[in-house]
This record gives sequence, structure tokens and C-alpha cells, in this order.
Amino acid sequence: MTSSAIAVSGLRKAFGDKTVLDGIDFDVPAGTVFSLLGPNGAGKTTTVNVLTTLMKPDGGTVRVAGHDIATETKAVRAAIGVTGQFAAVDELLTGQENLQLMVDLKRLGSGEGKRVVTELLERFDLVESARKRVSTYSGGMRRKLDLAMTLVGKPQIIFLDEPTTGLDPRSRRTMWAIVRELLADGVTIFLTTQYLEEADQLADRVAVLNQGRLVAQGTPGDLKRQVPGSHVRLRFASTVELDAAARVLTGSTRDDEDLTLRVPSDGATKSLRVLLDRLDEYSIDAEEFSVHTPDLDDVFLALTGHASTEVTAR
Amino acid sequence: MSTDSVTMLRRNFKHIARNPTSVFNAVLMPILIMFMFVYMLGDAFNVGVDYIDYATPGLMLLAVCYGLGATATSVNSDMTRGIINRFKVMDVRRGAVLTGHVVASLLTNLIAIAALIGVAFLLGFSPSASLLDWLGVVGMIVLLGFAAAWLTVALGLAAKSPETAGMAAVPLVLLPFFSSAIVPADKMGAGIRQFAEYQPFTPIIETMRGLLNGAPSSGDAIAAIAWCIGIALVGYLWALATFKKRV
Repeated sequence: MTSSAIAVSGLRKAFGDKTVLDGIDFDVPAGTVFSLLGPNGAGKTTTVNVLTTLMKPDGGTVRVAGHDIATETKAVRAAIGVTGQFAAVDELLTGQENLQLMVDLKRLGSGEGKRVVTELLERFDLVESARKRVSTYSGGMRRKLDLAMTLVGKPQIIFLDEPTTGLDPRSRRTMWAIVRELLADGVTIFLTTQYLEEADQLADRVAVLNQGRLVAQGTPGDLKRQVPGSHVRLRFASTVELDAAARVLTGSTRDDEDLTLRVPSDGATKSLRVLLDRLDEYSIDAEEFSVHTPDLDDVFLALTGHASTEVTAR
Repeated sequence: MSTDSVTMLRRNFKHIARNPTSVFNAVLMPILIMFMFVYMLGDAFNVGVDYIDYATPGLMLLAVCYGLGATATSVNSDMTRGIINRFKVMDVRRGAVLTGHVVASLLTNLIAIAALIGVAFLLGFSPSASLLDWLGVVGMIVLLGFAAAWLTVALGLAAKSPETAGMAAVPLVLLPFFSSAIVPADKMGAGIRQFAEYQPFTPIIETMRGLLNGAPSSGDAIAAIAWCIGIALVGYLWALATFKKRV
């Protein structure tokens, strides 16, 4: 079990007669980032709760850091760190005291403890506010402290449940940088997020959860390939021009309401030049021209059935 | 007590010490009440002995009760805020969270009572207790504080929000007034008198009163200890059951 940090097989969980996880399987190799995506209510947080020993599964087996979550709960807890959706910090204590609390609960020696606290305060840029109560911290600072607390005791596997929800773009990027640093240290990261860009940026592998089942798994690249290719979007000033262009550009899809035309294209300069030359040949002018490549948003929407008209049109 | 409990105790004690409302309610309020009853109203009561000597044991019990609101609120805050989830996924003894609250509550009680007794002496308190009697008083307070803390922890766990948790402790704050704390039960109106005679606080107060007068009554003491053990047991079991459900 050295290569698998997390191994899940046939995981099931129901609340009353509502099935939340309906038999899911996945495997997270050690030292990688695995991202679980899914719409609200898909079961992401339930999955995290089961994997982190907060909830008992109804069926299936889960091994975290090589330990069975049902029978070796203590060993699992000793190996993991969890940063949830809501900052789990003590508001009445200072930043430093919060970290010290973790040091005490992880039973690090006093010398090592001091060193760890100082190091984490520096790393997370919290030195100045170390002696201020957390109730005076901004949302971003709380999240940073929260993650710093999770890192006390160097967990091998870190669960991040929507770690950047509600953060401004700058704090989000700081968070990403920290995740990459952790990865460089050999930590395994299990990430749930609503921001597909985040998964795209960070994850080695992505799984999409929908209505309790995993509907897709793979690298972000694999998943993007599952959604039909990129296209060029042209917008015209009038229906007359749209008609003309639609006749000339075979294989295109029109949208009369927006006066737009979607033309399948690989987005390379050569094919773009051919396309523009063809429009020029027939003296058709487009008001707007843009190239679209599918991103994880498209994948997500296509796979979770909340398809936009764009996706179904293809 | 385990290392985890000591860590939690340190945390809870900081919470209490940093919340001005908790400090006021737990430590200053009983002293204010002592001033009010002894200094303002004391001469109007005719209880057969110096009023300060009569009232101090009752006010000591009151001081225990006034500290409970803060305990209930902080137990509930722990459950409703994110921090408990952090403790749950760590290899931390589950009971440590609760033990920490109970011991912090008890320590607050002891500090409040020490301050109260200090003020009582300034107001002319003259107990005739021997060292052994004093030890008995301390023992009684610790037992009471322990029992009341477990019950309060249970109340705090059962409440939906920190605000309602604070409310849940209010009956415990009012109950001393319907006991022999301020005036002897036999001077009260019918109905309330019977209630005051039979409610748990009366034997506890009478036990402390007896000890401080140097004339302890073993009947009261047995009833007092039985009540405390009963309350502690109910509180403990209720707290544990609720805690398991919530975490």
C-alpha cells in the first residue's frame, strides 16, 4: 500500500432513505493532488467526512495512508490533516495560541513546538498579527491560519474542502502556491472545489461526482477531451450576413437570437486564416470574432447534466 | 486528567478570562449581590445571627451558579463553530473537550468564591469553623461545582445556539433565591416554602452554614452529597449522550 494514499472502493452512504454516495471507487497515488468536483449537494463534503473519519460509511472499504478507516481510525487520524469549508480556528485565542493549541494536541515537544509555530507564522505571513485575537482577522487570514494549523505535525495527507470559497483572487493564488509547496514536500492532497479553474491549475487527477456517482475520472486534459472540440464564434450585425455566412461555412451552428455562428475549429493559426479568407472571399464582415477551447466548466456542465445550450448544440 | 484535557482546560480558561461578561457574571456579580443584600438590606432581615454570617454560605452557592452561564455558552460555541471538527479529526481524546469545560468551570467557581469570602471578611464575616470544617466547605463547593458543571455542560450541548445555551442556565441562577440562601425557608409563603425546603440547594447551603458555624449537621450533609452525586451523574450521562449525538 505504499503507492496509494487513499483507496476507496464501493463507498456507499445514505441519510435515511436518501442515498448520498452510491458506490464510488477511486484511488489517489501518494504525492499527487486529487480533485473532487461536483455540483452542490452531489456528496463532496460527505465523501470528505467519511474519508476523514467524521462519518461512518454504510458500505465499501476505504483505506487512508494504508489504514482502514473503520478499524484503524486512530492511525488514520494521526496521518491526516483537514481544512474544511468553514475556518476551524479559535476566535478568542490569538493566531499564535491557535498554533500552540495544535502543537499541544499533537504532543510535539516544547522546543520543536516553538520552532514549528514560528516557522508556520512566517510561512503564512502571519507574524505581525500573531499576538492579535483571531476575531480581528480578515477572512483570508483566517483561512491561512486554518491551513497553518492543519500543517502542525506534518500530516502526510491533507484534505482541503473548498479551501478558497469566499476568498479574493489574490488570497486564492496564495493558497494555490501553498498547495504546490506542499506537493513539492511529498504531501498528498485531496481537494474539493467549486472552481474548476482551481482543479485545472492544481490537480493531477479529477473526478466528477454527480448524484452520488462518479461520472468521470481522469487528468484535466482527459476530461476536456471528452467534450467535443474547440470552436470559433462569430457575431454578425444582421440576419442577412448571418444567413450568408451560414451558407458559406459548412458544419457551423447558428444562433438567430444572438446573431452568432459557431464554427468547429482547432484554433490553430492556419485554420483560422482559412476561415477568415473564406469570409473575405464572400465579402462577409463579422462584428466579433473569438476562439473558444473547452475548459473544465464545459466538462462539468456536460457531465453533470446541467448542460447549457452550448454543450447540447454540439 | 489526560494531557489533552489539560490543553483544553487552558484553552477554556483563557476564553472565560477574556470575556468581560463571563468575568463580570462569575466573579463580580456575586460580590455585588453580597453588597446589596448585606449592606443595603441586611439590617432589615431578622435571622437570629449576624446577617453576613447567615448569608455568606448562600452567596457562595450563588457564586457557583452565576459562573454557569459562561460555561453553557462556551460549550455550545464549541459545538456550533468549526473548531470542534478540527478536534474530531485529530487523535484527541473525545472526552477531553468536555472535561476541559468542567474543570474550567470549577476553577472559575473557586476563584469567584475566594474573592467573595475575602469581601465577606471585610464586611464583618466571623465564622467559627475549624480547619477541618473549612476543608469540609471547600469539599462541598468542589462537589457542587463539579455537579453543576456537568449539568451545565449537558445544557450547553443540548441547546441549539450559544444564545439559547445562556438562557438554559438561567434557572440555575434563579434557583438559589428559592432556597434558604438569602432568608430561611420557614419565613417564605406556603408553596414556595415547601419548594425551598426540598430543593437540592437548601441542604447544600445548610451543610456549609453548619460547617462555618462550627456545628455541622450530618443529615444535611448526607442529603447534600447525595444531591450532588445525583446531579453530577445525570449531567454526565446526559452530556455524554448528547455529545455522541452531536459529534
